[in-house]
Amino acid sequence: MSLLDNTLQELHNKLNAKELSVLELVNQTFKMISERDGRVGAYLTLNEEGARNAARRLDDKLAAGEERGLLFGLPAGIKDNIVTEGLRTTCASQFLSNFNPVYDATVTRKLREADAITLGKLNMDEFAMGGSNENSSFHPVHNPWDLDRVPGGSSGGSAAAVAAGEAYFTLGSDTGGSIRQPASYCGVVGLKPTYGLVSRFGLVAFASSLDQIGPVTKNVEDSAYVLQAIAGYDKMDSTSADVQIPDYLSSLTGDIRGLRIAVPKEYMGEGIDASVKEKVMSALKVLEDLGAVWEEVSLPHTDYAVATYYLLASSEASSNLARFDGVRYGVRAENPSNLLDLYHESRSQGFGPEVKRRIMLGTYALSSGYYDAYYLQAQKVRTLIKRDFDQVFEKYDVIIGPTAPTTAFKLGSQVDDPLTMYLNDILTIPVSLAGVPAISIPCGLADGLPVGLQIIGKAFDESAVLRVAHAYEQHTDHHKQRPTL
Amino acid sequence: MSITTKDVQHVAKLARLNLSEDEEQMFTEQLNAILQYADQLNELDTEGIEPTTHVLHLSNVMRNDEQRESLPIEKVLLNAPDEEDNQFKVPAVLE
Repeated sequence: MSLLDNTLQELHNKLNAKELSVLELVNQTFKMISERDGRVGAYLTLNEEGARNAARRLDDKLAAGEERGLLFGLPAGIKDNIVTEGLRTTCASQFLSNFNPVYDATVTRKLREADAITLGKLNMDEFAMGGSNENSSFHPVHNPWDLDRVPGGSSGGSAAAVAAGEAYFTLGSDTGGSIRQPASYCGVVGLKPTYGLVSRFGLVAFASSLDQIGPVTKNVEDSAYVLQAIAGYDKMDSTSADVQIPDYLSSLTGDIRGLRIAVPKEYMGEGIDASVKEKVMSALKVLEDLGAVWEEVSLPHTDYAVATYYLLASSEASSNLARFDGVRYGVRAENPSNLLDLYHESRSQGFGPEVKRRIMLGTYALSSGYYDAYYLQAQKVRTLIKRDFDQVFEKYDVIIGPTAPTTAFKLGSQVDDPLTMYLNDILTIPVSLAGVPAISIPCGLADGLPVGLQIIGKAFDESAVLRVAHAYEQHTDHHKQRPTL
Repeated sequence: MSITTKDVQHVAKLARLNLSEDEEQMFTEQLNAILQYADQLNELDTEGIEPTTHVLHLSNVMRNDEQRESLPIEKVLLNAPDEEDNQFKVPAVLE
């Protein structure tokens, strides 16, 4: 059995029992990275010296019998839009290619306080804008299951690193599907918590009313384990929710008898691959055998979600990205003729095409004369989409469907057509607009490529989402399948 | 509504972006396609529907107006492209 087959808890126990030192584990993980990442491209920056120093400190702590954190010694990768003090954070953008954060994000601090090890920073679509990781301004990420295919995005590095065994868990961020869709394409578990459950302090903002940080792991138990360490109110994020954090591991009872599942007909209709639908239907059968009941429902405004999302997220992005002006940090254009020219040139040289496209769309949607027609109308439709979910959750415990309409597509096949690319997110975006939690878990392979099952819960009911996902996992072995690299 | 190259030039100016002629052309086509797709939102009757700005019902999260420690100046300026006398330096605003 390889170390990679252990759950985080098993690994944690091995470290505690001194069967393995933290330094050995970290060294082995960097060895995997050096063997594989040349082909996968999941990392943008490695923290080799920092990780080894931290490992030695933790080994000393264990030898001295000091108290140890929840994630003691576990090697993690962090998406490159989450700031890490002293460790370069680029958002996969040329604009921030030299950016060295002067403080830690709350989640970075929480991982450190829980005694996790930061291996490095993970590749992504520039500023988290994209669904294929091809918008990284450094290099693309390759799907470990088929190196000619995309890993999904925007947290492509976070998902690929876990799939390739280059990290034991990672953090990603999800605005319209950016954790779940790459988890689906890479055959790993990706959780987007309820908006506000995890602090956004230190997450470089893309769309502030939607952004949420979450874990990417190999199995559901690990997901619950990492969520436990990062969830919770933070006074540094005024939109974080002041709610009681339950014990997520204790919700993994395996018992889903009497669970009421809603399956939206819009999530199983036209445009969804037959092979994807088939895997989802088989998964529903497994859950049925475990005592759950499912019924078809309707989320009638699903078709409007993508348009709503692109107007709202781009509008928020155009405002959030105004801070990148070349004055206080980032790469400044050379020899500007005046201050205005400095702004224009720094932004034009620093941002890639997708980021510019979204800034343009958002600026247009917010500009005088178009605000009511686009931005305000989209906010109203967001209310209708949220109501769809509220109504279904009056009668059902969870909503289940596919995570993405297809499996991973070929690199380069959609780059020239932004609208087609946006439609890959049709099953994850409505969930983000409603702000509720959802997980993507592997539910089988179609032509050798992973298919993701999406389980959506009520606001702050991560426990139900995790319980259902875990029960499914206990009776299947899809999550144990690994790509050969 | 359809968007013209002139609109694209205007929006680029608002967004502080310089676009090449090729980019202007490309964005005019792509933004038109995206906005045309977005026009479907106008099929919906949203009369009397409140806009959702935010899914959590939060209002005016306030903190006490107290003096707090802030980042030391060396850290603030660590990433500055140009600095002088503990301040960010930029080209002249007025010629």
